[in-house]
Amino acid sequence: MSAKSDVKKILKGEFTYKTLPMSAMILSPPTSPEYKTGTWRVKKPVIDQSKCIRCLLCWVYCPDMAIMRLEDDHVKIDYDYCKGCGICVSVCPVKAIKMEEG
Amino acid sequence: MSELKYFKTVKEIPREDRFAKGHRLCAGCGAAIAMKLAMKAVRGPTVVVNATGCVEVATTCYPYSAWAVPYIHVAFENTAAVASGIIEANRILNKKRGWKLYDVIAIGGDGGTFDIGLQALSGALERGHNLLYICYDNEAYMNTGIQRSGATPLGAATTTSPAGTIIPGKPQRKKDLIGIAVAHRIPYAATASIAYPIDYMNKIRKALEIEGPKVIHVLTPCVPGWRYSPSDTIKLARLAVETRYFPVYEVENGRVKITIKVDRPKPVEEFLKLQRRFAHLLKPENAHILEALKRGLEENWERLVKLEESGVII
Ligand code: SF4
Ligand code: SF4
Repeated sequence: MSAKSDVKKILKGEFTYKTLPMSAMILSPPTSPEYKTGTWRVKKPVIDQSKCIRCLLCWVYCPDMAIMRLEDDHVKIDYDYCKGCGICVSVCPVKAIKMEEG
Repeated sequence: MSELKYFKTVKEIPREDRFAKGHRLCAGCGAAIAMKLAMKAVRGPTVVVNATGCVEVATTCYPYSAWAVPYIHVAFENTAAVASGIIEANRILNKKRGWKLYDVIAIGGDGGTFDIGLQALSGALERGHNLLYICYDNEAYMNTGIQRSGATPLGAATTTSPAGTIIPGKPQRKKDLIGIAVAHRIPYAATASIAYPIDYMNKIRKALEIEGPKVIHVLTPCVPGWRYSPSDTIKLARLAVETRYFPVYEVENGRVKITIKVDRPKPVEEFLKLQRRFAHLLKPENAHILEALKRGLEENWERLVKLEESGVII
């Protein structure tokens, strides 16, 4: 069973105590990506790709795995999960990330 | 998972996350960074045993789990005991039925390690299971509302040690967790900082390679508990090291080695002033508490330097 259908079924109450896996185990983790923490954000970080030197520090330190490290080591923000803490802004050595409204 | 034994640069850190996005730890949470990096440092099949605490409540809101590895939540007090059982069952099934051996990592916060889980931890260290125990230390019971713990430093304000006219923050000093762990004569114990990810992750790798019980103590700034701006988490973690507030060292077979040297420490006030839990310490009437805190930090650093230089086995 896929993680998605698992979570949806549980939330909809489609499992009963008889059909839930033993100990209500989550059989296809991680299921947390189903929950989008991006809605918590007040301000959003924006990367100026022309300044970025691909040092990856923002990717290393983001507590929410909201910085994606692409194949060529470019970084991209995943706004579905970014909580807007601003750590990436403060660790970027070349000030390539700025906090913006919205 | 990386084939490398040790990481040299951040580029070598694997892309894969075994600690997934969508968890509900606070924006800017230091513990989230500690978990993410720990799970990027694992070397193979791994089981995580996690005490009640911030990480547990915020990463396993049923039916959501942020753990891409087999994970078991246990009570505050028995993390190391449950981990011991899993390790021994795995060892016996390996011998009798050829099951694959996996790594078992127990994770607890400071409340679950310094205080409530200490007995189980001591038992596990004494019995000598092949365990890696990671304590993420945010210096109070943060998830239940910032109550002081055995890891809260002298003078810090918490909801149960508020700074006021009766007491100026917590009247007692912080426990020495690594000292307690090392007293069990375990092969490896270390402190680490999330601001130095390569050092932290390599300590996890090193610990996993060593047979027997290992303890890693990582300091994790907490936005609501330490009361600072969420963007300062890494800055604070780094200042904690640079001011010698939190020395980063390892104890291998009883020998101390300071792994992040701090030759010219910054004044500890630089670390304290960013946090409102310490705001009262910077007022003239509490100068004596600040002095006592500084003296304690200095003595601890000097003790570690002496132990390192002399090579005495502790
Ligand atoms: S603001 Fe925080 S959560 Fe968002 S990408 Fe930057 S470090 Fe990650
Ligand atoms: S920290 Fe700054 S320079 Fe480094 S990868 Fe991120 S955006 Fe680019």
